[in-house]
Amino acid sequence: MMRFRNILSELLRYPSAVIGSLVVLLLIGVAIYTLVKIPYREAIRLWRGGEEVWYQNPKYAPPAWLNLFYSKKQPISFAASSAKGEMEKVVTPVDQTISTIELRYTFDFQYDEFPQDLILYFKSSFSEKSPFVSISWVTPDERTIRIADFGVSRSQTFRFSQDKKLQKRLKTEDQVIPALFSVANTDEYQPLKGSYQLIITATTFEPNTNLDAEFVLHGKLYGFAGTDQYRRDLTLALLWGTPIALAFGLLASLGTSLLTMIIAAVGTWYGGWVDELIQRITEINLVLPFLAILIMVGTFYSRSIWVILGVTILLSIFSGSIKTYRAIFLQSKESPYIEAARSYGASNTRIIFAYLIPRMIPLLIPALVSSVPSYVFLEASLAVLGLGDPVLPTWGKVIENAFTDGALYRGLYYWVLEPAVLLMLTGLGFAMLGFALDRIFNPRLRDI
Amino acid sequence: MSTETLPVSSSVDERRAKAFADSTFARVAKYTALRLVTLFVTVVIGIYLTILIANMGGYVDTIMRNEIKYNAAQAVIANPASRNLAPEVRERLIQERIALEEKRLGLDQPFAIRSFRYLRNALTLNLGYAIFMNSDSGSRQVRLILLERLPATLLLTGTSELILFFGSVFIALSLSRKYGSFWDKLTIALSPTSSAPPWFYGIFFILIFAAILKILPFGGLVDVPPPRNPIDYGLSVLKHLILPASSVIVSSLFLSIYNWRTYFLIYSSEDYVDMARAKGLSSRDIERRYILRPTLPTIVTNFALLVISLWTGFTITETVFLWPGLGRTLYQAIGLYDTPVIVGSTIIYAYLLAITVFLLDFVYAIIDPRVKIGGGGASQ
Repeated sequence: MMRFRNILSELLRYPSAVIGSLVVLLLIGVAIYTLVKIPYREAIRLWRGGEEVWYQNPKYAPPAWLNLFYSKKQPISFAASSAKGEMEKVVTPVDQTISTIELRYTFDFQYDEFPQDLILYFKSSFSEKSPFVSISWVTPDERTIRIADFGVSRSQTFRFSQDKKLQKRLKTEDQVIPALFSVANTDEYQPLKGSYQLIITATTFEPNTNLDAEFVLHGKLYGFAGTDQYRRDLTLALLWGTPIALAFGLLASLGTSLLTMIIAAVGTWYGGWVDELIQRITEINLVLPFLAILIMVGTFYSRSIWVILGVTILLSIFSGSIKTYRAIFLQSKESPYIEAARSYGASNTRIIFAYLIPRMIPLLIPALVSSVPSYVFLEASLAVLGLGDPVLPTWGKVIENAFTDGALYRGLYYWVLEPAVLLMLTGLGFAMLGFALDRIFNPRLRDI
Repeated sequence: MSTETLPVSSSVDERRAKAFADSTFARVAKYTALRLVTLFVTVVIGIYLTILIANMGGYVDTIMRNEIKYNAAQAVIANPASRNLAPEVRERLIQERIALEEKRLGLDQPFAIRSFRYLRNALTLNLGYAIFMNSDSGSRQVRLILLERLPATLLLTGTSELILFFGSVFIALSLSRKYGSFWDKLTIALSPTSSAPPWFYGIFFILIFAAILKILPFGGLVDVPPPRNPIDYGLSVLKHLILPASSVIVSSLFLSIYNWRTYFLIYSSEDYVDMARAKGLSSRDIERRYILRPTLPTIVTNFALLVISLWTGFTITETVFLWPGLGRTLYQAIGLYDTPVIVGSTIIYAYLLAITVFLLDFVYAIIDPRVKIGGGGASQ
């Protein structure tokens, strides 16, 4: 405990260690938050669910906070549903069978550019006679524009920009949305700021008929992280990428360094053919092409992240560091305290696990922490090659998606930069911490 | 190989009495033979394992068989001449085609036999024919496919690794002289940036220089269409080389400088360096004779390992930059289940590694008088 406190106070003396630990702690916090807030099944549903999960989002929308840097404010997407009580809903019975439902939604529009589209999703329950809706639009300068009148089926989508009658009424073909959002009778559309209102009046012809609508504004920006080519919210992938990256990096580096150390210790202790065998396996492993084998496993066998993790550990155990550990074990094997242990009759296993390996922990910890980034990036690298886990959303997969969709050519920089910055943050955090630990545990480096 | 051992042993033995010559020669010969055998066995096992993995327990065979069946059936059905044939005859035609194609690919033999055939061919550098891939000139020979991609890979890896290696050694040397200075501290602070691989910096470089500034190309080897004039062609290649090469360099520059600097500093705090300083030798002499000389074995090892790594290319960096090199070829071969190409590029790497390891033993003996071939001081 005392020793632990010493190390901690030593760590605080290195600014890089403090920054590194803060970053690592932040990432762990995000990972825990994600796992608690969005459980695995929910995450898979949100990421792989299909159109009905993310139909409300615009495509290729950069994150909303970019408005802070724009002088011309871009409209931010939103959705309001009457079923969830986000719209005003008034039901007035007219007689026994007929009643009217009025849905109102008022929103403030303070942007310098026009949204991409306005969409209404209707859901209604009726047995024979479908309800009839009229939609109207009230602009801040108190004009009321009739949008459309039609009978609604059980599930219907109405896109403002694509309605032929509305196009004719507004005397434009592809400028419906700008026309709705600007001053009356102008040749050049200018966004009119203020409070807009959407009024849907429905007449139902059956006693138990209900009608709900969802109003979606596809702006130019969306949410915390933006969306991809399938309209998926990237926030989910960024959040879920954190626990996956941490788990992969930590498990791989922990598994690799512990097993390497145990194997080196066993080999050195028993010597003879065991040692020889381990040395030969190490040499053979050096000949094997590491990345090529991982790619082969990914292509031929399984792309599951856990299989890849296992193969990674298996291939990294017999690496060059086994030789480094061996050299140090050879020295400590001859130390007096080992001889003492042997003379009082300690078993081989006891000597290896209770005397030889604990001495190496100071060397192990910095190596372990510093090797985390390389495994985090390895997972991302495989994902960039298209061999990422087929189910889970990871940072590497987001980069790969962006790349195959030509995000950089189209100027959708946010799509690549967000996961890249997170990867960089993870890499730097662990690397900085590892560097500081290395100096604390290996005093020889300290004066240099 | 024996021709190479002779000059080595003679240089080692220069100052020794003639009487010892025979025993030294015998020792070196025995050691050489033993080392060659172990390395050869290592290479054989390594390549056989690669062949086994590349076949993935018969899974690839199944994929290939299905593809052959599909293609054969399609070919026969699509042929207008066979449209009027009876179903049995058509079926027989399909079966014949399948058998022929399986024989061409060697699939009619069990994998156990085939794997040893692959191994024998690989070891004799008879790299054979690719199953699906073509070289740009249209050849199916694995050797030609690899040779065609080699210049591109060597250009990228050679430029970047050589700049990286010599750059970091020289910068490290000058930093170790001014230890504790601003630049020294900056290098230490920047060294964690090397935790990211080259392709990662590649993305940022593409973003900045290709997408935003539009001064350098996104990827590829030359402009499309390639310039006719050789000078323009060279300039175009150079322009395409800048981004991938600098992403390789930037990704490991700072860590490399940091490691060399630490290494040089450890050696420059030795007593004999202090002694040389006390004698009043110039710092250039001290550097050359007392710091670089003892660190030479490590520098040479690193250089040799670097030369090997030139061969493997950077699979992902090449993929990101669409650079037509060996790394990307290997990736494409894996995607196409083209075992001969996968094994072919592995074997070259394995051989080069083994030869380098073998030669290093002798190079050590030349540059480091403390190391003796055949180990131990017992024989003398």
